[in-house]
Amino acid sequence: MSNTDDSNANNSGGGFNLYEQPVDGHFGDHGGRFVAETLMHALDELESLYEELRADPEFQAELKADLQHYVGRPSPLYHAERLSDVLSGPQIYLKREDLNHTGAHKVNNTVGQALLAKRMGKRRIIAETGAGQHGVASATVAARLGLECRVYMGAEDVQRQSLNVYRMKLLGAEVVAVNSGTRTLKDALNEAMRDWVTNVDDTHYIIGTVAGPHPYPMLVRDFQAVIGQEARSQCLQMLGRLPDALVACVGGGSNAIGLFHPFIDDKEVRLVGVEAGGLGLSTGQHAAPLNAGSVGVLHGNRTYLMQDDDGQVLGTHSVSAGLDYPGVGPEHSFLKDIGRAEYATVTDDEAMEAFRLLNRTEGILPALESSHALAWVKNSADSFSADQVVLVNLSGRGDKDILSVAQMDGIEL
Amino acid sequence: MSRLQQRFAALKQADRKALVTFVTAGDPASHATVPALRALVEGGADVLEVGIPFSDPEAEGPSIQRSSERGLANGIGLVDVLAMVAEFRQHDGSTPVVLMGYLNSVLAMGPETFADLAAEAGVDGLIMVNLPPEESAEIRDLLEARGIDLVLLVAPTTTSERARMIAGAARGFVYYVSLKGITGAAGLDVSSVEEKVGALKTVSALPVMVGFGIKDPESARAVAQHADGVVVGSALVDTMERSAERPDNIPGLLTDQLRAIRAALDD
Repeated sequence: MSNTDDSNANNSGGGFNLYEQPVDGHFGDHGGRFVAETLMHALDELESLYEELRADPEFQAELKADLQHYVGRPSPLYHAERLSDVLSGPQIYLKREDLNHTGAHKVNNTVGQALLAKRMGKRRIIAETGAGQHGVASATVAARLGLECRVYMGAEDVQRQSLNVYRMKLLGAEVVAVNSGTRTLKDALNEAMRDWVTNVDDTHYIIGTVAGPHPYPMLVRDFQAVIGQEARSQCLQMLGRLPDALVACVGGGSNAIGLFHPFIDDKEVRLVGVEAGGLGLSTGQHAAPLNAGSVGVLHGNRTYLMQDDDGQVLGTHSVSAGLDYPGVGPEHSFLKDIGRAEYATVTDDEAMEAFRLLNRTEGILPALESSHALAWVKNSADSFSADQVVLVNLSGRGDKDILSVAQMDGIEL
Repeated sequence: MSRLQQRFAALKQADRKALVTFVTAGDPASHATVPALRALVEGGADVLEVGIPFSDPEAEGPSIQRSSERGLANGIGLVDVLAMVAEFRQHDGSTPVVLMGYLNSVLAMGPETFADLAAEAGVDGLIMVNLPPEESAEIRDLLEARGIDLVLLVAPTTTSERARMIAGAARGFVYYVSLKGITGAAGLDVSSVEEKVGALKTVSALPVMVGFGIKDPESARAVAQHADGVVVGSALVDTMERSAERPDNIPGLLTDQLRAIRAALDD
């Protein structure tokens, strides 16, 4: 998009003096590449191809065209005036990732990674999914490029997200229900890794979040950073200044890092990540590793994890399947350690209240994931004045959640 | 000389292939492991790998995944695994014991504490499935200072430069993963193993053990022709699973199963 008054907004590759790239794949003490030896070569290949393509104008132009014509970017930045009035706190602006093709920010990453898969000559794509949004976004790009697609999904999630399961099947993907472990997202990731280790020659694994072994946290971040780049220049255009705070939900953390990253050097902008507090941190029934976890190694990277004293990864709970993950992207762990971002929690109930509030005030059904970010704004509205600006990443739409919300209301559809 | 070195030296002198076995600690019952290890030695095992149960065993096939889940269901943590090794050591001072598992188990205990306790229990080696050589120096040095070898893995996808680097960083032996896939998978290609292990042996001063997909006397014999030894895991774990309801039968079954493989190797 055009903007004349901000020279940094389109600076996608660098210019951040805090840090530019992970060093050897590490973000401070976090990140790295902790995988079986069989995958090391594929990760090396992916890394060097990506380093080449991120500087390749042809690739960047192809990506930009896909984002514009297929995904529908740029997504609007919307001033939620009624919501702002009702909460009588800051002016609330919503970055409308829910309006993307397939209904969430996930497609920004899958479009980019599909182009990588194509360049690598892979004929098959695999993905893991929790809520199903990343699975749908992967199945979508696979259909478009004529690639075979298999999506791993915890058996538990297959049940609670049946609509997205059928969507993936309509798009031609094979959905595999994973019955091992806790039967949720982390086990789907394990199973996808097992597939990849077996079929590494002809298969590209599209990890859906900013976790996993290097280079995934970096490349998924770069593909999602379009959210923050747009938001930054939209804000400057509409308001002539930067927002006072950015708020995004954090499961693995891809929508949050995508929004935060282009603002990292704008020290006056607060970065707030909101984890799933589930039934409350004190109950242990939550998915908030940054708030209540400790550092460990899972799924190829070192990061904050929910684990017991023996290092066994704990089951998580959240009303939102997309946040139901015991780890978090290593860059978030780093931003927490250096104090650049703050990480809060809201409970299931608070997220549900925020969901309903946005329905009635703005005519928008947010995803239950994104409702966590809204709930933090609702809880914190008093701490802002009316001339302050809070920008919330509305990372996805709530259509996929309608059945489960109806169920909570005791209604059978 | 470490127990692993002694064992490999003796095997070389006798011109015999090494038979390495894997079972998961606490599977199918917490008291089943030490008798199983003794039975494996009786059946001809030269090196014993003991799996540390982990919640997310991402490189394992269904057999070892389930064994890990059974171990966890029986409440077996890393401390208990070390206690089992110590118990085994009371009656067997010579058979090397190598722990195998995932890095988070060792990190949670603390690498230095682990190294101390493992040395005390009589552990000889450690294999961490998800710890590549690039990330391994700290743990390797802590272990080495206590006489424990950090075994590293080489895969069919490992480039020749990497194989050289890994062979240089490994201690004890090099574990060659015989196929692209998970433990217990089908699709073992002996001619590919021959080629890769042959190349590996030109850069490795250490013995090369080959594992993943070796399940019976025939596959053991075929692979052992090209390596210093073979690892049998899922096939033993399957035997234990089938007898989970009658754990007293397990030692006898394991001994018989292993004797057949031993005979094929010595043939």
